[in-house]
Amino acid sequence: MTLVPGGELSVAQAKQCYPEIFAINWRRRLMHGLAWGISLAMLIYGLVLFDFSPLRIWDGLGQLGMLVRFMVPPATEPTVVWEFMKAIFETLAMAFIGTLFAALLALPFAFLSARNVFRFRLGRFGIRRSMDFLRGVDQLVWALVFVRAVGLGPLAGVMAIIISDIGTLAKLFSEAVEGCDRKPSEGVAASGGTTLQCTRFGLLPQALPMFISSTLYIFESNVRSATILGIVGAGGIGYQLSERIRGHHWEEVATILILILVTVYLIDWVSGKIRGRLIEGE
Amino acid sequence: MSSPFDDHAGSGAWQAYCAEQRKAQTEKNRAWILGGVAFLVLFLTSAYLSHFSPGRIIEGLPKVHEYIAKILPELGVTTIREDMAYWFYAFPDWMVLLGETILMAYVATLLGTLGAIVLGFVAARNVGPNRWLTILSRRFLEIARTVPDLVYALIFVFAFGLGPLAGILAIAIHSMGASGKLFSEAIENIDLKPLDGLKAAGANWVQGMRFAVFPLVASSLVSYSLWRFEINVRTATVMGIVGAGGIGQELITAIRMLYYEDVSALILLIVITVSLTDMLCERIRHGFIGKENLS
Repeated sequence: MTLVPGGELSVAQAKQCYPEIFAINWRRRLMHGLAWGISLAMLIYGLVLFDFSPLRIWDGLGQLGMLVRFMVPPATEPTVVWEFMKAIFETLAMAFIGTLFAALLALPFAFLSARNVFRFRLGRFGIRRSMDFLRGVDQLVWALVFVRAVGLGPLAGVMAIIISDIGTLAKLFSEAVEGCDRKPSEGVAASGGTTLQCTRFGLLPQALPMFISSTLYIFESNVRSATILGIVGAGGIGYQLSERIRGHHWEEVATILILILVTVYLIDWVSGKIRGRLIEGE
Repeated sequence: MSSPFDDHAGSGAWQAYCAEQRKAQTEKNRAWILGGVAFLVLFLTSAYLSHFSPGRIIEGLPKVHEYIAKILPELGVTTIREDMAYWFYAFPDWMVLLGETILMAYVATLLGTLGAIVLGFVAARNVGPNRWLTILSRRFLEIARTVPDLVYALIFVFAFGLGPLAGILAIAIHSMGASGKLFSEAIENIDLKPLDGLKAAGANWVQGMRFAVFPLVASSLVSYSLWRFEINVRTATVMGIVGAGGIGQELITAIRMLYYEDVSALILLIVITVSLTDMLCERIRHGFIGKENLS
């Protein structure tokens, strides 16, 4: 590398000294141009295919404005609100039971898909892929299947939450277990502990705060998703919501939306508090 | 249960210490018992409200098993080719629908990210142009992400008509709220010195954002958007359930009309699509991070 003597360096001089920095990288430019071109072409193709005409958007926005006007003022009759509150409680109950059982059932799978616990590679691979399968199907699809199987009502929703969250939680839990320090479990092994004891006394205490924290996160997310499970008949406020929308009771729709917003905020706040205390307490 | 502090012998100071420890122990026990009782009450109420009883589970599980047995196809080892062809008889149509679903997620992610970029700058507390605009855009993003995307879809289907348009707009609004929050948080964590430099050289707000703030957060923006795209592909597969386009329409028809084997074929295709998207996005993300580290 050539060193330039002190003083101001003009652009021309700099170009002369370091031609490789100022050279135009044609290959890179071409690749960038190609990437941008393809992304843009896909976007335009999508917009055309899905009929994103300005006229349609404008009409739709007009309709939307009308719906919003129908929503004001929201319904406030006590009987209606009480009915919605009951549905909200049902939603919360579904999320609570679903998350609890999903967390309990995910534990064995989590340990069996963690590299530092279960050394049998093929078995680990199989368990991981089945967890991916549970996770790959949206909760709503599981809800559809369970509604067919066990009938309308919150039980189908709880089952859908349990099945899809076993997949999610097993992945999160196993990551927590794999991030653990090996030494405590080696200590247990050195004093004659079995594999099960190593896991119980060497790994579980380390991973537990992470387990609780991710379970609380999933609970928050389940409160949100449980509000829509009712759309396919799996219990909760979603059922009321889709019925009111189908029946064009827009002022009641507004009430339900407000209730959902308030509930989600409250749950996020409470769960954030609990998480803070548990993590700090540990 | 006996504890070392139950022993009443010893000096006065030791006695006082023991009493203190005993008290702390009782308080801890009381907290545990209170927590346990609260948990139990919550559990029982929830179980009651969600019809989650052992009887109903025992009654329901065989039905689930029965249904799964019904939707699985009969595949023979010798006739595997014909069986597969029969199982996936509408394969070309389904692939077109899957492609449409992915394209929906793509367009929605781009639109949502675009909105998130604009609002993210306004909503960031450290660089926002105006305090009131910041508060306003934060509230707006909050509402956009708190209402589930399917609820938007239900309403938009009324306003924009059945079809992918409603679904795309629903996903776009929801992801705008979610990415906008992450994006504004990323902006709030940046180093402000480059911006100060540009301001000192006379740059206006837009120029400052474009040349001092955006380059610092561009890489996290890319990884958020890719991550969001994965989520949106999954969401786009269920938009059809409320009539908002994509493969979900086919799935709910198959479930409602009891085309048993179609259900399993469609679920399998959805899982494969979602997993492939996840894998692809992860590779792109790693490629990006690798390149960032190299340069």
